[in-house]
Amino acid sequence: MFVSYEFIAFLFLLFVVYYLIPKKCQWVLLLVANFLFYFSAGKFYPIFILVTSLTVYGAGRMMERVDGELAVYTAKIKSGEIPKPSREEKKAAKAKINRKKKFWMLLCLFLNLGILAVLKYTNFIIDNINTIRSSSDGAALPYLELIVPLGISFYTFQAVSYLLDVYWNKVEPQRNFLKFTLFVSFFPQLIQGPISRYGDMAPSLYAEHRLDWKQVRFGLERILWGYFKKLVIADRVSIAVSMLMSDPDYYTGAFVLVGMLFYAAQLYADFTGGIDITIGIAQVLGIRLEENFIRPFFSKNIIEYWRRWHISMGTWFRDYVFYPCSISKPMKAITSWTKKHFGMGGARRVAIYIATFLTWFATGIWHGADWHFIIWGIANGIIIMITGELEPLYDKFHKKFPKLVNAWGYRAFQVIRTFLLLCCLRMFDTYASVRLAIRQFVHMFTRFWVHPVTRQELVDLGLSGADYLILLVGILLMFLVSMYGRNGSVREKISAKPYPVRYAIFVLLFFAVLLLGSYGVGFDAQQFIYNQF
Amino acid sequence: MDVEEIRESILDILRELHEDIDFEAEEKMVDDKVLDSFDLVTLVTELGEEFDVEITAKDFVAENFNSVDSLTGMIARLLDE
Amino acid sequence: MRRAKKIGIAVVSVLIVVVLFVGLQRLVEPKYDGTDDMPLEGNFTAEYYQETTDHDVIMVGDCEVYENIDTMYLWKNYGITRYIRGNAQQLTWQSYYMLEDTLRQEKPKVVIYNVQALEHAEPQRETYNRMTLDGLKWSKTKWDAINASMCEGESMVDYILPILRYHSRITSLSKNDLKYYWQPKKVAHNGYYMRIDVLPASESDVADTAWLLGDSEAEEEEETSDDAEEDLWAMMEEEEASMEEDPDTDETEETGETAEDKGVAFGKTPMQYLDKMRKLCEDHDIQLILMKAPSLSPVWYDSENKQVLEYAEKYDLPYINFYDLLEETGIDYETDTYDGGLHLNRSGADKLSEYLGKVLTEQYGVQDHRKDTGIAKVYEEKYRFYEDMIEAQQKELDQYGEIRSY
Repeated sequence: MFVSYEFIAFLFLLFVVYYLIPKKCQWVLLLVANFLFYFSAGKFYPIFILVTSLTVYGAGRMMERVDGELAVYTAKIKSGEIPKPSREEKKAAKAKINRKKKFWMLLCLFLNLGILAVLKYTNFIIDNINTIRSSSDGAALPYLELIVPLGISFYTFQAVSYLLDVYWNKVEPQRNFLKFTLFVSFFPQLIQGPISRYGDMAPSLYAEHRLDWKQVRFGLERILWGYFKKLVIADRVSIAVSMLMSDPDYYTGAFVLVGMLFYAAQLYADFTGGIDITIGIAQVLGIRLEENFIRPFFSKNIIEYWRRWHISMGTWFRDYVFYPCSISKPMKAITSWTKKHFGMGGARRVAIYIATFLTWFATGIWHGADWHFIIWGIANGIIIMITGELEPLYDKFHKKFPKLVNAWGYRAFQVIRTFLLLCCLRMFDTYASVRLAIRQFVHMFTRFWVHPVTRQELVDLGLSGADYLILLVGILLMFLVSMYGRNGSVREKISAKPYPVRYAIFVLLFFAVLLLGSYGVGFDAQQFIYNQF
Repeated sequence: MDVEEIRESILDILRELHEDIDFEAEEKMVDDKVLDSFDLVTLVTELGEEFDVEITAKDFVAENFNSVDSLTGMIARLLDE
Repeated sequence: MRRAKKIGIAVVSVLIVVVLFVGLQRLVEPKYDGTDDMPLEGNFTAEYYQETTDHDVIMVGDCEVYENIDTMYLWKNYGITRYIRGNAQQLTWQSYYMLEDTLRQEKPKVVIYNVQALEHAEPQRETYNRMTLDGLKWSKTKWDAINASMCEGESMVDYILPILRYHSRITSLSKNDLKYYWQPKKVAHNGYYMRIDVLPASESDVADTAWLLGDSEAEEEEETSDDAEEDLWAMMEEEEASMEEDPDTDETEETGETAEDKGVAFGKTPMQYLDKMRKLCEDHDIQLILMKAPSLSPVWYDSENKQVLEYAEKYDLPYINFYDLLEETGIDYETDTYDGGLHLNRSGADKLSEYLGKVLTEQYGVQDHRKDTGIAKVYEEKYRFYEDMIEAQQKELDQYGEIRSY
């Protein structure tokens, strides 16, 4: 979606008009742009997003009304209009009012998650039923042809986060329906995320924006950098990745390792590139989006990695699944029961383990309606739990060798170890089935040199020498930019340089994308990996 | 139950979790990762049972769990409601 | 002063980008040097703009014009100034726009259109489009021509900024991209693509003489592709060594039924553009002549011929069908073709030219310019280039037994 002449023309036009019209109309223009974009992606898509927007908006208003009732009740007690109730009475009265609030929340939650589930998971469920029934030779159920609107997972999650934030009184509900729809449908986010929070986004989303050249420049630089990562690196390396995945029987052993490394590069370049474009577009428009990645491949363990990779998704699952689940009533009961029977050690763990499992199950299925995604999620959860359990051991070890902890070599070891671990986990995501992923993983060790692999063969994966050179330079550049950005914004640093330097960087990047990017008729531009989710 | 009593009970619960930490001196228990998610979730259960209040996701934010004082404040408020 | 400096910097900045853009664009644009996937035919359209003198006769059409009529022969023997604006599989609407473009530069007396392309109602292939259209000078004509010609997946932006289309060539540039950076290779003689080598039809399975020359036995056995011409192009583009039928070409006939006339009806679009061409000539007071070259393949069906005849009759247009003139012209498919009957070589082209020259001079009063010193001087130069090329081709023939660089 990001890579079409129409999209770029659309952006350019939007940027210009945005700063020409009266500032109080800016958000209206954005709303129009959202629907134009969404309509052009699919004629019926706007209907889906409007249903979500309308129901969540409505639920927000209803919950606000219930809060009003509660306030009136409290005020009446204070003013003495009704006699001061006992604690029990008060609790009951409040519970009665809160039940109403919960009703609206749950109704809306199930409706929207229901739409998502039906559209994305019906065929998955049918598939599973058929698998089970085929053993008892029942007739197979036909698959349904469902429209899955672009970015439905992203906007549904975004809307749900608002719903729960309002339910928990973390944000003021939005009273203007159109403004709320703008939040749900903000077009750059519909392609690859991030999943923004209403509280973070609302202030700059509805504000009036004066043309700030520095912000525009920074935004454009970021967009360009995003296109570089996506078109020059990701779409180039994807040629080799899809070749390796197309015939896993042949491409096994050493090829699996190559595939995993290439896929890591592709995923990183594609996903962070897409997010760069999204955040860059928002920045040109004066809208601040939260960062979604903080140099994730520099993480020293998997827990840290998931705090730095696809942050908006991680925190979403943390705040709306993991914690609510782990402190829910049933979980509290389990915790107390465990404490009685197994002591504190068990009590501490049981809720977290169950919640972790559920969260990663959900994360897996969110990525795709397929068992290999679910296993991928659960495998991540298990490794995270193991890492958590091992942490005291590591701490002891690190205390014993304090010099080691800060040694450059040891840190590099940790980073590479984490990177490889995640590459292995990602095999469940890459290969089309769980069995295949496991088999390939085993073969990576047992049949490393399965073919008389010549150097030539290992290298010839649909890429030319020039492609490898470009990839090498591109990946090195991503690495250097990451290093350079460790202590402060790269663009701020560039901005401090004299004009000719800045200008040269910009021009170089522009022509690199223009000439080396995989776009146009010659290339069947890869759809962003993440927008299927 | 007055505030001092609440405070003492909370400290007892915290000490049960980690004997070796001086909780009264901690101001940023969540942000500085003195308490991990295991501790936080257990704490919610324990506090709920101890004071017969229900700590929901609404109250489950870092500000409420960062220090003994903020915890005391939260419990006092929940008791009052 | 500071303001002036700022503006100056801005102007220089933009200028550098523009210069780089244009420069790199030219670098990655195809240089049709005759190697593998860069057939020489890609140079034709742009070559026209180097002309310094006007022409009395303009020809438009596909390979049946640019390979089959020797412009230099016409000059030498009849003093006719003539230019062929033809391209590989130039479609009817492209011929129309080519004519529109030409009429903006000059006003000929006679326009000849070769009717073969009428059989195509749809754009055929992006490569042909680019070879035909990229060389056109920018004008509304070009815009319209592109709009009429785009295949699925093509976009106008790719024509306006060719760098977007050809950027991936940056990793596979050759020396010739620098050699022909400023000036493309000159390949044609007033649009005539000359070949002097011979490949007799009987020694090739590209085309079948049966349908035309009436050998009924061969008709039964042999199988010929309706679109063998396309196959040849596919070969040039995709470096396929085989000359066999490309299963993907959409109009491939079923086995053994090639010569059977199923009653081909020309599409609406080509007929419309033929009509536009006719009107354009009328408006400019130009004599339009329809022509069909005597290629062995693709098969020219009676049903097709009839439609042309009807059209010609309706509007009182002359129609020269060279299939009917094999004896008058003396075309011999054993000596007059360089690829087994698809296209004529110089010997064949000269035979058609001799006939055409006579017709043009006697019936349409096209002038002899050999006495016109200004024009004669220009054509002297052209003729030298022509003779040099003949010599060079002969040299290659002697050396390798085939022509390699033309």
